[in-house]
Amino acid sequence: MAVQLKLKELSKKEDLFTHGHRMCSGCGAPIAVKMVLFASDYPVVACSSTGCLEVSSCISLYTAWKIPWIHSAFENAAATIAGVETMYRALRKKGKINEEIKFVTFCGDGGTYDIGLQSLSGAMERGHDMLYICYDNGAYMNTGIQRSSATPLGADTTTCPAGTSIPGKIQERKNLTRIMAAHDIPYAAQASISNWLDLMKKVRKALSLKGPKFMNILSPCNRGWRSRTDDAILLSRLAVNTCYWPLYEVENGVTRITFKPKDKKPIIDFLKPQGRFKHLFSPENDWLIKKFQEDIDKEWERLQRESPFA
Amino acid sequence: MKLKGWKELTPGAVILEAGNAVEFKTGSWRAFKPIWIKENCIQCLFCWIYCPDMAIKVRDGKREEYDYDYCKGCGICALECPGKKGKKAIVMVEEGK
Amino acid sequence: MARIVAVTGNEAVAEALRQTNPDVCAAYPITPQTDMMQRFASFVSNGKVETELILVESEHSAMSACIGASAGGGRVATATSSQGLALMWEMLFIASGTRLPIIMPVVNRALSAPLNIHGDHSDAMGARDSGWIQLWSENAQEAYDNTIQAFRIAEHMDIRLPVMICLDGFIISHSIERVEYIEDNEVRNFVGEYKPLYPLLDIDNPKSYGPLILTDLYHEYKRAQHEVMTKVKGVVLNVAQEFEKISGRKYGLFESYRLEDAEIALVILNSAAGTSKDVIDEFRERGIKAGLLKPRLFRPFPYKEVAGALKHLKAVCVLDRADSFGAYGPVFAEVSSALYQVRERPQMINKIYGLGGRDFLPQHAEQVLSELVEITKTDKVKIVKEYIGVRE
Repeated sequence: MAVQLKLKELSKKEDLFTHGHRMCSGCGAPIAVKMVLFASDYPVVACSSTGCLEVSSCISLYTAWKIPWIHSAFENAAATIAGVETMYRALRKKGKINEEIKFVTFCGDGGTYDIGLQSLSGAMERGHDMLYICYDNGAYMNTGIQRSSATPLGADTTTCPAGTSIPGKIQERKNLTRIMAAHDIPYAAQASISNWLDLMKKVRKALSLKGPKFMNILSPCNRGWRSRTDDAILLSRLAVNTCYWPLYEVENGVTRITFKPKDKKPIIDFLKPQGRFKHLFSPENDWLIKKFQEDIDKEWERLQRESPFA
Repeated sequence: MKLKGWKELTPGAVILEAGNAVEFKTGSWRAFKPIWIKENCIQCLFCWIYCPDMAIKVRDGKREEYDYDYCKGCGICALECPGKKGKKAIVMVEEGK
Repeated sequence: MARIVAVTGNEAVAEALRQTNPDVCAAYPITPQTDMMQRFASFVSNGKVETELILVESEHSAMSACIGASAGGGRVATATSSQGLALMWEMLFIASGTRLPIIMPVVNRALSAPLNIHGDHSDAMGARDSGWIQLWSENAQEAYDNTIQAFRIAEHMDIRLPVMICLDGFIISHSIERVEYIEDNEVRNFVGEYKPLYPLLDIDNPKSYGPLILTDLYHEYKRAQHEVMTKVKGVVLNVAQEFEKISGRKYGLFESYRLEDAEIALVILNSAAGTSKDVIDEFRERGIKAGLLKPRLFRPFPYKEVAGALKHLKAVCVLDRADSFGAYGPVFAEVSSALYQVRERPQMINKIYGLGGRDFLPQHAEQVLSELVEITKTDKVKIVKEYIGVRE
């Protein structure tokens, strides 16, 4: 059943997320979704919170999902999929369903970090057998690039614009992956669409484990990040190589860095191609870049300390 | 598309035809168009895996032509293409030219 | 053989849930529903039901999980009160808009602020536009009977709408009454096997729930939802007829008590109707032609039938155990709308009573009936809406 994680073999699989969806040209989210679905060898039932992916993949009488999929509201994808997963267990116990089905959510940082955190935490605590995937583009992009707790420090968004009094977002990004790992769930990980093999291995590992799992996938948004339509993979790679988005997993409490950049780049390499950070390059905002770099270095050092294979 | 009357709609707005988004051709969104230069292609399939719109046709593990019905012209494939000996196998040209 | 027991309203509804054995239940505790779900939880822990119980972290998640589970393709129930119902407010509309047959007993309790845990109807009345079918219960027996019938109504293939069963918090939920339980196998046969419509877990036929709908189709979807509501009345009556066969108890769209030849009447929901019926009898003994109408099906509201039952009266008082601030009480608004369509109609007044668990006593019913008698003499209404039983 297991298809080899080689592009040639994977390309023979059916597209379970079809073209014809309405996401922007060059959006990172559909890339993340397709990679996840290609990696899974099990039938998947998915749930999305309200957001870019949800409204663009299922609109009017059209759906890009070739797997069973449900959207109910914004803050409750985890609770909704928990309900489906529980019905699955109930029907399986009664012999009405015999297949092994995996339950996965595809939710933006909007519906995960902030408004969705409660239902996510609840579902993780209750131990539902599900994989919660967050495609993190760092803001409430669907409603027009408003700030979320996933927005990086210093970023310009429509609700924390870079102005003369306040230079964009002055709070640090919430480290949700750590919060999820602290729930002591079997598996929590960070992945990037630039490292497709690492991402797919993580998906496979997650789906092979029983219980609640969490994966945070960086998903560049060229509209919100004010970058080019062709640089989703390039920016993801930069995010990984500057350690803005370290690739690691926490499996049963053990942290493991899964990709160590050969040559760790300074954070400005990641910031420069994005229009949402251009105000940081004025001398009066230099302190923000310094703080940003400090935060990254601190987290990277912590990860290296915790990872036995660093 | 003729708009449906209320009696023709599925209860609860459930969509029963999975994957029918294929009826909506997003190719008209393009401002730029990728051109595949077969001679420079090493068949790495990076373009295929990175394409957000599943717009690269693949058969038997080998990439073929673009599915221009859906390609939105983002240019990710062209940027990521490693090419052969420094020559890209994908270039972007202006749509309509 | 019916089992005659002495139980509280919560126990009776928990028993109905045990007998109907939902596949999944997702619930969060809130006074005065707590006891119901606790009893149900002990059924789960002791293997008396096969229900998978999800102890969610909020009522919003309770309804969300119910929606996921129902879409999955099985029988689903939950229960709540007051603030819990208010918290899941957005999900109520989503449940009905998605046409999911979720069953929810609502143990009616006042809405904050101020915080109050006692019985009034503000919670379920606040949800009357949510697209849920509403059945209101005078006592524990009715709550038990309505819960069982609710599954048949909700799951009917022409309907597929969620149903809430209302019973007064503390007054009924926590008071012991004589109740007749129906045999397990009879309830089982009555509700039957759950038949899913568009089950999400049918992976061979994948489907998508919850699309974004724009200005070109939303209006039509709601028209379709309105159409379904028009069919509910018929199904409620048919189910009641079938239910009579296994219970011996008759149910309709509302209860008419001594109404046919009445000149004055009260329209009142739930437990206070029980109190009022005694007073009606007293007035009858004094030669006053008093009657009572107790609505059972509140949503959809049976306008024609209610108008038919009340139009011959000279004066009617509609008592509301919930207020709609800046407007007439919710039941008054419906009853007066019903009677508006009739040329010859009674004078009507609206009394707000019993908020936050304030007792409704026989003397309150007397006070109101006496006022109605005055109105029939003078044909004049002094004040349309008034609070009764309140200290000045």
